[in-house]
Amino acid sequence: MNPIELLIQYWPNYLEGLWVTVQLAGVGAILAAFLAPMLAIVRLNGHPVFSIPVRIYVSFIRGTPMLAQLFLIYYGSGQFRPFLQEWGLWSFFREPYNCAMLTFVISSTAYQIEILRGGLMGVPAGEVEAAKAVGMSPVSLYRRVIFPHAYRIAWPALGNEVILLIKASALASVVTIFDLLGETRLIFSKTFDLSAYLWAALLYLALTAVLVWGWRRAEILLSPQFFKSGRT
Amino acid sequence: MFDLFAYGDAGWGDELLAGLGITLQLALLALPLGLLLGFAFSTLSLANSGSLRLVARLYTTTMRGLPEILTLFVIYNGVGVLLNLVMKSIGADPVEFSPMLAGVIALGMVFGAFAAEVLRGAFQSLDPGQTEAAQAIGMTPMQIFTRVKVPQVWRFALPGLGNLWINLLKDTALVSVIALDDLMRMTKVAAGFTKLPFNFYLAACLIYWILCLISEAGLAKMERHANRGVRRAGS
Repeated sequence: MNPIELLIQYWPNYLEGLWVTVQLAGVGAILAAFLAPMLAIVRLNGHPVFSIPVRIYVSFIRGTPMLAQLFLIYYGSGQFRPFLQEWGLWSFFREPYNCAMLTFVISSTAYQIEILRGGLMGVPAGEVEAAKAVGMSPVSLYRRVIFPHAYRIAWPALGNEVILLIKASALASVVTIFDLLGETRLIFSKTFDLSAYLWAALLYLALTAVLVWGWRRAEILLSPQFFKSGRT
Repeated sequence: MFDLFAYGDAGWGDELLAGLGITLQLALLALPLGLLLGFAFSTLSLANSGSLRLVARLYTTTMRGLPEILTLFVIYNGVGVLLNLVMKSIGADPVEFSPMLAGVIALGMVFGAFAAEVLRGAFQSLDPGQTEAAQAIGMTPMQIFTRVKVPQVWRFALPGLGNLWINLLKDTALVSVIALDDLMRMTKVAAGFTKLPFNFYLAACLIYWILCLISEAGLAKMERHANRGVRRAGS
């Protein structure tokens, strides 16, 4: 079978897989984006009782393979089945999709904390002092001065993190999820045709390329003052 | 609970240790291959010829954009299929492509693509005056490369390469999917046998974590050594 025939026969499978990959990486990154800012503040300015656990969490996640984290949650939760059933959580951990999503959120949160920490540290002290001098409350200080600047600094690094998450989401296929790689493995096992992987590779590259492009557009929207000279 | 990890027939300590051995072996074999590819493609990406630069760019963009596990499957299945086609055409019996070799090649190729970018940056930050000075005193290109360029490129590239090494250590876990008996797979065997998956996967995570912490400490030491005698502003 030539590559084109394979694509004609299996394109619905690829699209379904692509959609699952986008969901896993997209929802994972967004949920992590809700958790990370608070924890980044704790990591930087919190009392040691809170900041040290955050540091250990970040170091642990960054120091272990995501596949091991996924297995720890997916297979490891089985060991606590009676307990989880009692709390009504077993129906959550039973589904590989939920476990994969949970792993991606936990992992991406740790990486985003590290990236935001860099961004927060890059905000000039003068801006913070000026905001305090005009009497801003701590909440509006963070909302109006610190985070807007920190996110502009961290934006490119956050884009890298989302790309890493898209790539890492391929691990979901190992726990029987039919994401893009999962569908591809199924197609390969039916056809033994290597072009099955070729199309998957092109789709992953296309997905990354779209993200890079969109991220760059968003960067220009976030900091138009840096791009006024006609350079895009 | 600690007798689970005891050494010998009673516990799984020796099995996990054997798996750790395979993991380290894999990482230490992929590292030189990756560095070699990294040097080769960074040289290509700085070549005068536009088509050579394009080749380097295509390689680094593709390999960095694909999930590592996809690369691993392509190498494992692809080279296996090709190898058997070749064996068939010369009339020999089909052979089994070793997962270890597939793992080393795939991880080395991924490392090489990222390392090429790190090294390109490092080569570009070299002071051209130093190369010119070396030429002026009559050094051969090889001498310039090993005595002037590499020691400095090493210094610039070490932080980036260190991160890649830690990623490589973690990526070795992927080979467990193609049936290589590394730490991850031995953990899976032990978890299935004892019905205590949480304990064993947590132990595996801790082992990887310790490996990474040791690597970080070692890399910090290497960076201090590589930067000896460099004046730092403001300190």
